[in-house]
Amino acid sequence: MAVCLGIIQIVEEEVRHRSLSRVRSIYLEIGALSHVAPDAIRFCFAVVATRTIAEGAALEILELPGIAWCMSCSSSVEIARRGDPCPCCGSYQLQVIGGEQMRVKELEID
Amino acid sequence: MCTVCGCSQATSSIELARGRDPESQGRCCPHRQDDGERHDAHFHGDERLQHSSHARHSHDHEHYQSDGRQALLTCGAGPAGLKVKGTSRERIIWVERDILGKNNAIAADNRTLFAADELLVFNLMSSPGAGKTSLLVRAVSELKLSYPTGVIEGDQQTSNDAERIRAAGVPAIQVNTGKGCHLDAAMIGEAYRRLPRLTRGILFIENVGNLVCPAAFDLGEACKIVVLSMTEGEDKPLKYPDMFAASSLMVINKIDLASLLECDLDKTIGYARRANPKIEVLTVSARTGEGFGALYAWIGRQVAHQRQAVEDARR
Repeated sequence: MAVCLGIIQIVEEEVRHRSLSRVRSIYLEIGALSHVAPDAIRFCFAVVATRTIAEGAALEILELPGIAWCMSCSSSVEIARRGDPCPCCGSYQLQVIGGEQMRVKELEID
Repeated sequence: MCTVCGCSQATSSIELARGRDPESQGRCCPHRQDDGERHDAHFHGDERLQHSSHARHSHDHEHYQSDGRQALLTCGAGPAGLKVKGTSRERIIWVERDILGKNNAIAADNRTLFAADELLVFNLMSSPGAGKTSLLVRAVSELKLSYPTGVIEGDQQTSNDAERIRAAGVPAIQVNTGKGCHLDAAMIGEAYRRLPRLTRGILFIENVGNLVCPAAFDLGEACKIVVLSMTEGEDKPLKYPDMFAASSLMVINKIDLASLLECDLDKTIGYARRANPKIEVLTVSARTGEGFGALYAWIGRQVAHQRQAVEDARR
């Protein structure tokens, strides 16, 4: 819910700052290793957006994969969630290097 | 995967988006990918129009096939790679802002405030009932003899925890989050201003009992500490890996119950290190005081580390 409020806040600030009339779509970038699930955002967004400038706007979420550096393989690998082993060697010695994003990327306006 | 258009070398989402035009189903554009490499350049029928790079710029030019027809519909194929039929780049505004950016900015202000007071701040997190408050009551009773010590307590309701801390002779401010499931940086900034000055001291923030959301919110602390009790089961770190990934130290509480429980301590630690190979681990009992010597020694090292950093910054 706090994440959705953050989205609305960003949209409201952009609308005010740029003197926009209406936001048609909001494009987000959500990493697989971020702290939110895209489905949870979709669920909360409609509720939080009510009676705000974002009411009725479509929410488009680009889901980005989790990327970690495997210290055993010395290469970057894709993981679905934290705590998963390296898909190549099975090691847990992984350092997350990508997929933690929670960003408002773009707005489509009328 | 490419952060520009969302395509990967195996499949391209843009290919699907322009699937109606067989001639346009070339390779996707050569944007920079997450791993820093580039993938193939794309062709649009005319090799003179091949791009070597689209990294960090948008499609503001057109792509034509050999017969002159437009081969690549640029309908909103922006830096996010999100293309929707019927949209044009003119109607897309590039925002590029972190959803938690506002909280992070306030957390940075808090950090500046804490640094000015040379204050060491720990953010304690756990599930409800792991024993954060009992641990703190014992710890602050001892630490107050060596450092100015204060506590910010977070709970949905009641001031019970702050009262327990104050009864131990340490100033405490209770933050009631109402329906909120975590503390945020603004709450901490406000609560800190209500505490007496704790120059060169230690501030503990006891977060709302929750192993999910508090991990996402930077409060301006020096580090996060996760408290896990023996009674919670050894696989908690597997169930809530984000919390363990965000923490520098795992304190395993209620170790005095170890003999009564079928809980494999080594497994717990192993699971936590799957989520965070660098996490440090201490075992304590807030009831008996077992393991607190090691906890004070760990805190002492953090204090020394911070003071060294302050000295280095002054030089």
